[in-house]
Amino acid sequence: MAKSALLKSSIGKKYWMALTGLFLCLFLVGHLAGNLQLLMPNSQLQFNQYALFMTSNPAVKILSYLTYISILFHAIDGILLTIQNKKARPVAYAKSNPSANSSFASRNMAVLGTLVLVFLATHMTNFWAKMHFDKSMPLMTQTIEAAPGMKSEYYVGRSVGQYYQVDQVKLPGDKEAEAGTPPKQLEVKNGTDVYNVQANVKVGELYKDLHKITFDFFKSKNKLFGVIPNEGLLFTIFYVLSMLVLAYHLWHGFQSAFQTLGLNSPKWTPTIKFLGKAFAVLVPLLFAIIPLYIHFTK
Amino acid sequence: MSAAKNINITLKIWRQKNAKTKGGIETYKLDNVSTASSFLEMLDQLNEQLVNDRKEPVAFDHDCREGICGSCSLYINGRAHGPDIGITTCQLHMRMFNDGDTIFVEPWRSKAFPVIKDLVVDRTAFDRIQQAGGFVSVNTSGNTIDANSLPVPKDDADKAFMAAACIGCGACVASCKNGSAMLFVGAKVSQYALLPQGKVEATERVLNMVRQMDEEGFGNCTNTGACEIECPKGISLENIARMNREYLKASL
Ligand code: HEM
Ligand code: SF4
Ligand code: FES
Repeated sequence: MAKSALLKSSIGKKYWMALTGLFLCLFLVGHLAGNLQLLMPNSQLQFNQYALFMTSNPAVKILSYLTYISILFHAIDGILLTIQNKKARPVAYAKSNPSANSSFASRNMAVLGTLVLVFLATHMTNFWAKMHFDKSMPLMTQTIEAAPGMKSEYYVGRSVGQYYQVDQVKLPGDKEAEAGTPPKQLEVKNGTDVYNVQANVKVGELYKDLHKITFDFFKSKNKLFGVIPNEGLLFTIFYVLSMLVLAYHLWHGFQSAFQTLGLNSPKWTPTIKFLGKAFAVLVPLLFAIIPLYIHFTK
Repeated sequence: MSAAKNINITLKIWRQKNAKTKGGIETYKLDNVSTASSFLEMLDQLNEQLVNDRKEPVAFDHDCREGICGSCSLYINGRAHGPDIGITTCQLHMRMFNDGDTIFVEPWRSKAFPVIKDLVVDRTAFDRIQQAGGFVSVNTSGNTIDANSLPVPKDDADKAFMAAACIGCGACVASCKNGSAMLFVGAKVSQYALLPQGKVEATERVLNMVRQMDEEGFGNCTNTGACEIECPKGISLENIARMNREYLKASL
């Protein structure tokens, strides 16, 4: 009995490449839709609430773990395939004319993918890691008018996860404040409700300010590594170039995944190819507009 | 067609004594090549010149010289079977070249196709893939049923015939940047998968042929499409897609 090898065989590996690749295309659409909120005026609260939702909703959590696994699997599988492919031709041609029969993108998927991986690593350090682990992430407060004319003055420390002196405010679990003694140090989490101590009513919410982090990042006038001036401009250029790389990866990758999955027919393939190219242009372009907009306006 | 003329060319040809030795590119000048001659006739002319000069002639594979056997495996100026599409090397003519041209001639480059001598490579890896499943088992003890007694839809018959046009030349492997044999194997899997006679052993066939293909050390397709363009028989990428479907079906 012949054995199938859905993990080890060439075709098995290719199936995983295509499935993870297409899943990542779906992820791109979702991520883009969220990020485009940054282009709307006065989007700070909305964006930060969205960011909170994306890090706390259980369904989103499952999707995000699937995304991490897909990226890892896609990258490792892609590198393994590429190593095998290099081994399959130990002696190179003295003269080759590859552009006569194939496109640039199709021949450079591994290089393009690796560049995307480098981008992902820096991008996740700059935003994802901050959002998840940075204890000194700035906060924004959303003030609610708890009762008509009620003055809702309170003070909360500017950092997350640390204990801060809180004045006139009660946070959930704040036993001392409930007992009437002046509140001392409290842990602030993303989305924490803020209470007015005297009236014991909710007067606001605290959010991790990812919106500010993003705008500061692309507008930063600091020196990169302490030497190269105007790092905000450099980040913007880096992001735009990375989206160009992604565009090339998708230019070939999108339709290629359908071919790999065995979906090739004279009836549908021209449409899939067209959609793939439209996707490869539109999605990275819209992503790239965001840093450009932030850096060059206001 | 314009009248034939004679051209002078420079050839840069891979010379390698045997599988064990290291080879290298040698340069030869060849004058008075008729543009009406085929590429292989031009090589014959070169070999005559080499023999007259008491030098070792260039070894290259050829047999039918009419695009049927698939043995004339030459990588010419960076392309399998040279600068034209839908042809084998024996069907390539010197009218595709100009006076004063420098022409590179190399063997197929693939781990699974080791060089035997000069431009001749060992393509028995393809035979082993074929032997792993590229057949239909029939009882030949006197009661073999005529193949045409089974009705086959015209569309399937056409597609199977198109897949069966593969001559096993290896141009797909040679022109693929990944050294992948998936166009060849896709064609061989398809030609049986499409016909009722082939369906019986379809599961075993695709699993065995793909396993053998991987064992031989061929690379993995990234759908660049180079094979489809360089294939002398116009075998379509649809055959790779069909093989992938067959493989998934056989695996589940
Ligand atoms: C958001 C990120 C990414 C998306 C949306 C994406 C999407 C895709 C798609 C759809 C394919 C086509 C699959 C196929 O031909 O069957 C592909 C292929 C490929 N990707 Fe990615 N990719 C991404 C990131 C990466 C990364 C980080 C690497 C890292 C090395 C990578 C390496 C590759 C390679 C080597 C291939 C060609 C593999 C083959 O065709 O066998 N990709 N990608
Ligand atoms: S698929 Fe085409 S290029 Fe490949 S071996 Fe068959 S005939 Fe030659
Ligand atoms: S010699 Fe037979 S195909 Fe060229």
